[in-house]
Amino acid sequence: MTLVADPEVPVEVEERREPSTTKRLLGLLLPYRGKLVVIGLLAVVSIGLNLLGPILLGRATDLIFTGLVSRTLPAGASEEQVLAQLREQGKDTLANVISTVDVVPGQGVDFGALGQLLVLILGLYLVGSLCMLAQGWVVTNIVQHAVYKLREEIDAKLTRLPLSYFDRNPRGEVLSRVSNDVDNLQRTVQLSIGQMLTSVVSVVGVLAIMLAISVELAVLVLICVPIALVLAAWISKRAMPKFAEQWQSTGALNAHVEEMYSGHAVITAFGRQEQAAREFSERNETMYRSSFSAQAISGLIGPATRFITDLNYVLVAVVGALRVAGGSVSIGDVQAFIQYSGMFSRPIIDVANFSGQLQSGLASARRVFELLDEQEQSPAPARPATVSPVRGHVEFSHVSFRYTPEKPLIDDLSLTAAPGRLVAIVGPTGAGKTTLGNLLLRFYDLDGGRILLDGTDITHLTREDLRSAIGLVSQDTWLFEGTIAENIAYGRPGATRDEVVEAARAMCVDRFVRSLPDGYDTVLDEEHGGLSAGERQLITLARAFLAQPAILLLDEATSSIDTRTEVLIQQAMASLRAGRTSFVIAHRLSTIRNADLIVVMDQGAVMERGTHAELMAANGFYARLYSA
Amino acid sequence: MLVRFLNHHLRPYRGPLVLLVVLQLVQTAATLLLPTLNAQIIDNGVLLGDAGYIWGTGLTMLGVAAVQILTASGAMLLSSRMSAGLGRDLRDKVFRKVMSLSAREVDQIGAPSLITRTVNDVQQVQSIVLTTADVAVSASIMCVGGVALALVQDVPVSTILIALVVVVIVGLTLMLKRLSPFYEAMQNHLDRINHLLREQITGVRVIRAFVRDPHERGRFDATNRDLYGTTLRVGRIMATLPVMVMTVMNVLTVAIIWFSGHRIDDGGMQLGALLALLSYVTLIIVAIIMAMLVFTEAPRAAVSAVRVNEVLQAESSVAEPRRPITEMATRGHLELRGATFGYPGAEKPVLRDIDLVARPGETVAILGSTGSGKSTLLSLALRLYDVTGGEVRINGVDIRDLDPLALHRVVGYVPQKAHLFSGTIASNLRYGKEDADDEELWRALEIAQAAEFVRPLGLDAPITQGGSNVSGGQRQRLAIARTLVRRPEIYLLDDCFSALDLRTEARLRAALDRELADATILLVTQRISTVEAASRVIVLEDGQVVGSGTHAELIGTNQTYREIALSQPAGGSVR
Repeated sequence: MTLVADPEVPVEVEERREPSTTKRLLGLLLPYRGKLVVIGLLAVVSIGLNLLGPILLGRATDLIFTGLVSRTLPAGASEEQVLAQLREQGKDTLANVISTVDVVPGQGVDFGALGQLLVLILGLYLVGSLCMLAQGWVVTNIVQHAVYKLREEIDAKLTRLPLSYFDRNPRGEVLSRVSNDVDNLQRTVQLSIGQMLTSVVSVVGVLAIMLAISVELAVLVLICVPIALVLAAWISKRAMPKFAEQWQSTGALNAHVEEMYSGHAVITAFGRQEQAAREFSERNETMYRSSFSAQAISGLIGPATRFITDLNYVLVAVVGALRVAGGSVSIGDVQAFIQYSGMFSRPIIDVANFSGQLQSGLASARRVFELLDEQEQSPAPARPATVSPVRGHVEFSHVSFRYTPEKPLIDDLSLTAAPGRLVAIVGPTGAGKTTLGNLLLRFYDLDGGRILLDGTDITHLTREDLRSAIGLVSQDTWLFEGTIAENIAYGRPGATRDEVVEAARAMCVDRFVRSLPDGYDTVLDEEHGGLSAGERQLITLARAFLAQPAILLLDEATSSIDTRTEVLIQQAMASLRAGRTSFVIAHRLSTIRNADLIVVMDQGAVMERGTHAELMAANGFYARLYSA
Repeated sequence: MLVRFLNHHLRPYRGPLVLLVVLQLVQTAATLLLPTLNAQIIDNGVLLGDAGYIWGTGLTMLGVAAVQILTASGAMLLSSRMSAGLGRDLRDKVFRKVMSLSAREVDQIGAPSLITRTVNDVQQVQSIVLTTADVAVSASIMCVGGVALALVQDVPVSTILIALVVVVIVGLTLMLKRLSPFYEAMQNHLDRINHLLREQITGVRVIRAFVRDPHERGRFDATNRDLYGTTLRVGRIMATLPVMVMTVMNVLTVAIIWFSGHRIDDGGMQLGALLALLSYVTLIIVAIIMAMLVFTEAPRAAVSAVRVNEVLQAESSVAEPRRPITEMATRGHLELRGATFGYPGAEKPVLRDIDLVARPGETVAILGSTGSGKSTLLSLALRLYDVTGGEVRINGVDIRDLDPLALHRVVGYVPQKAHLFSGTIASNLRYGKEDADDEELWRALEIAQAAEFVRPLGLDAPITQGGSNVSGGQRQRLAIARTLVRRPEIYLLDDCFSALDLRTEARLRAALDRELADATILLVTQRISTVEAASRVIVLEDGQVVGSGTHAELIGTNQTYREIALSQPAGGSVR
């Protein structure tokens, strides 16, 4: 008897993997280098033009201020005379202020000059906006395409993962990585390219302009910003583990919900709804706590950095006002400066705010990359052998295999099936019968020994060639969402409707399909097709019948079919088996009795082998099983 | 829809919600006050040359900034709490609802969809609440407050500001309306992607055995492409919106300077007011952009809200009894009287006019072909479904009037597909009786012929999801033991020996006969050997009883029974 041990292998928690995750995230964008350069250029142009705005707007303010002051001054007097006069009157401050602009005493605002200036500004803004628009579109193109590619890569990865991965990981957990995490990652990348780029370009540009206007004021801003950044970094470092926790608990909850919903009937039958709900509430509470703390901690980044930039605003306003009063800076420059310091701090606030999303996105990215890094099944041989046509000689030679290292399941098993023969494998549950089939199909690789198909080691064949030669009908009656006809034709794409119907007739599928309103075009879905287990199994039999493989592997293929129907399909089954090597795992005597070879297994080893008559005569394990 | 949904489910958060709005009001007021104070510095400090005034106002500004950060932090914490709390509440409600639904509704919506609704859709709603509480509330206040303060500074120039803000808001609303169907399409494509992946994972063995990976990847790629196309379109609209708003803002700034120039020149407005107005424009536009980002998420959240609401509004077709009966006069008495069951809209009922009586000490076997309605019959006795005609009585009480807890106490069920839950062997066995001691568990395991393989592992051996780490036969025996631990009066066994070899089955049945001598057993099977010993056999065909009696009676008289018997060689099967 086997019971697979807890598959949970302690996973080493690797610290400091941030750089590699970030780098790989950026790596997703590497194919778009060219476009990224275009985005960069567009960003530089659009931001540059937008940055010129406040300087020119400051000019405009100065023009208005000049007009305002000039009007109050006696016409005809020169600026020097006016200033001297003001100083005499003790109005030094006003004199200082006026000295920063060119006044024409007696004249009002020069609307001609103002108008020209404003038209120029408008033009620059419009060009800037167009560049920004183009940039946004290109970013969208890149990100969506990158995520499209990522999804494709994940799907391809799933096809390369060994089956043991799916045995080990709950389906809900895998799905959560593919849906929730990829979704979150997409949002992050979309925001980050646009935001990071514009932020960096504008910070650099604004800084240059601010230095040009007033070194003193620029220094003030420069003191505030690093404080804000350090604060943001400090907080986001604390938020990171919370986000990891949040996404992890989302995955765990997803898996739990999946388990509970698929056991709905059992829960109802046992009247355990209340307990199930209570247990769910507990897990839900865990998720609530992690999602609240992640949200709250990262949310504080915003207000914290906001305070620093407010402080910055106040300092610039006060110091700027004092300097204007002292006559060293014009009022328009201070206005421009205030606008610039806003432009300087906004991207920094944005980046800080965004760092929460970034942390969350990185946590998701790590989970996605973890999936992409999972060990794949062994690669196909570089120069694969081919067996064509397949005669169907199958040999298990000293095969050993275990699902978990500490528990050997199959130990030194040898077995030969000549072409066209019917081999029945019997034994108590857990004897390893299904595993033999899994190994023949190379769902798992051997730990020892070889399996030969027509004398060729199956590891020298491609998995595709190997599996194409084998038709599997198992207890697990998986049908995909599609019509009944499509499901039957699954093993032989391109089969005609007549061929499908012929296979269906042989396997008694035709009978019940005719009574369905849409006949062969009835759409089945994965969970509930309105078909009974037996009917589903008949469809899988028809599927194998149509595929006409060289080797048949029937693993409890008729276990859900009632015996009367089985009698009806027996003829067809016999003709299906004719000329094919068949492995039959079954407990019904009707199937086993005619086998050319009966292999009796127990605990992963062959106990007895022979024909029915021989084994009965031997009066051993088989005879005991049979005469229970 | 989204608004009504949130309004309803946020009811417990009224208090925090009010507090949140107050905090956001203070926070926004503080933010708006800064430019006003700045304008005063220019007008009263700089132009009058009063350095003391400049310093004094500067200090006031610092105080205002401090208030701003405190209130903003408070608002942030509150909105995090509220949104995470709402998410938790919704998940709880949905989960409870699903638990209360009958198998019929669960089948109708489908388990995968229910999972998405419980986790992902709630997540969407939660995230819109967070951003709304944190961003949209303060943004709206900022917009209104900014306009109000602008009016204080100068009415004529503010009219231009108001006009352009209205244009922006109307324009954005129209754009967002256009976006909504795209979001719906996006959600559908995402659902489809999930669906396909789920199918690929579930069917991995069959897909690989038939070498159909390329086909599956093709199906996935087609959907992935659809999704890509839609997200691209949505993304482009999203990229256009802020640029539009920025452009309007720039035009607005230029216009304000032009008109303010005239106003100042006329002496109708002060220079400081111009600076304040320009700051307000920036604040208002930033607020609009932020709010817009929130509202672009709204259509997606609205779709999710509808999906969540569908579950919450679903009615179980199995209604709770109005006056539940808990006391019953007899024990172990099960009766079906003319029981009929059909799916709504289906041409033919699944079961028609079933009459059946089972008493203590009896084993009634139900035999029939695949699809004859055997499992459905058991489901009726379990009240997984309600009869659409006739009645099911347990101990003389109509099952629909019976208290659900009493029902589950009386009736024990072993499903055809043994479903175990992740945990340990012991936690699974105690599923029906939490206070069972180890002795009781071992006893049940002994009867179920499972003690032998459990013993070396121990009761605390782990069971993975669905019981995938034990073999099919072991799973069935554990499921039988799980029901035995509860010691119900009536046992419903749905073909639960199918994965057992004959030897084990014989031993198990002998043990059951011994241990459950006075229990009532209803047994669904396809094996003649299993029914031979039954007190009575009911033969089902196409949802109708076509024969009833003992093996000896039926084998001689009943055509269907004979056909089934003849299709199975004496001695049955070997494993």
